Amino acid sequence: MAWTREDMAARAALELQDGFYVNLGIGIPTLVANYIPDGMSVTLQSENGMLGMGPFPFEGEADADLINAGKQTITELAQSSYFSSSDSFAMIRGGHINLSILGGMQVAENGDLANWMVPGKMVKGMGGAMDLVAGVRRVVVVMDHCEKTGAPKVLKHCNLPLTGAGVVDLLITDLGVFEIDRKVGGMRLTALATGVSLDEIAAKTEASFKVAL
Amino acid sequence: MVQKVYSDADAALAGLLFDGMTVMAGGFGLCGIPENLIAAMRLAGVRDLTVISNNCGIDGFGLGILLESGQIKKMISSYVGENKLFEKLYLSGELALEFNPQGTLAERIRAGGAGIPAFFTKTGVGTLVSEGKEIRNFDGYDYVMERGLVGDLSIIKAWKGDTEGNLVYRRTARNFNPMMATAGKACVVEVEHLVEPGQLDPDHIHTPGIYVDRIIAGARFEKRIERVTTRPRDTAPGKGAV
Repeated sequence: MAWTREDMAARAALELQDGFYVNLGIGIPTLVANYIPDGMSVTLQSENGMLGMGPFPFEGEADADLINAGKQTITELAQSSYFSSSDSFAMIRGGHINLSILGGMQVAENGDLANWMVPGKMVKGMGGAMDLVAGVRRVVVVMDHCEKTGAPKVLKHCNLPLTGAGVVDLLITDLGVFEIDRKVGGMRLTALATGVSLDEIAAKTEASFKVAL
Repeated sequence: MVQKVYSDADAALAGLLFDGMTVMAGGFGLCGIPENLIAAMRLAGVRDLTVISNNCGIDGFGLGILLESGQIKKMISSYVGENKLFEKLYLSGELALEFNPQGTLAERIRAGGAGIPAFFTKTGVGTLVSEGKEIRNFDGYDYVMERGLVGDLSIIKAWKGDTEGNLVYRRTARNFNPMMATAGKACVVEVEHLVEPGQLDPDHIHTPGIYVDRIIAGARFEKRIERVTTRPRDTAPGKGAV
């Protein structure tokens, strides 16, 4: 037993607060939009130049001039605004976005994140990930706890090239939740996924961590 | 009187192209790309291009057609994952590639157009991106120096433009176009609607005409969509993008 993708997205949604401006990455982070609590006002930023992303358009109403950073067609809301890529990353780099939720390949106990490059394989590019983790006030990573091979992804040191050094505040995996003090370094396990024991998560985690359940 | 309006994409590029040049091409994915000007560059056959663009089109469309014809020597981009031919050319060594974080790429272009030769950013500190570059500490945080970027030519797509070169973009098709319009030694624009001065509200101009050298009404806009994503009509509008 462990958390599903939907469970992880629901857990990540607990990090949202009323009035937040939020950037959601591709994959599980995108699902977080489905768990915004009723009555809470959250504005979604798309780094290609939009604040206030709306839902997918109805069939037949897709607009080639209106896409998100994952290049999917979307819609606008009454409060939406559009801007250039340099304005978009000025608000990201300048610390104006409250929360970034993105995927990961590896996270280390000092808050290092790797999620863009596997040496020897075709590299697609980092897109906006390095800017987001460097500039957004709070960074939450959502990823599977281990590789499909069983190899750990929560490590003492990342062995893949970094996306950012000391940038992750919170890590949500299918097995549990870790808080990371990115100034001093150090992980604290704060929640276990349904049906996951402390022994199991300890056995599957290379990073050292304190337990604060 | 200087005439900025040209009859078509071929005429607008005439005299501006040379082998080995650096071209900035606006757009994010296929959204807001200058598709008529890209097609004209392919016909012109100019070679050994360094192309600065966030992405590199897809197989058979956008900048992908300049990859097919072997006209691109090097790409400066942030993400190129949509293109199988790109991968093949890169792995065989026929294509050079420089990755920039997307925000760093946008700011390098903005800086280039604004006469700023370099700037410091937190993005990429402690990663491969900062290797070999100057690091400086400001107020207790490390920043990496990045250089401004300029091109020999920028090719831009706007929604509306007037004959003076004042431009208005539409929705997320704005993306890299406004900065690139400022950072090319020459700037050529294609618009969907070419109008007379006075028909655009001066308060709503995104790119002032000073940056634009030549402008055309695009002959044909295919405006392909990479990922058409829709929801059925019977669903209530959601709060997010899912």
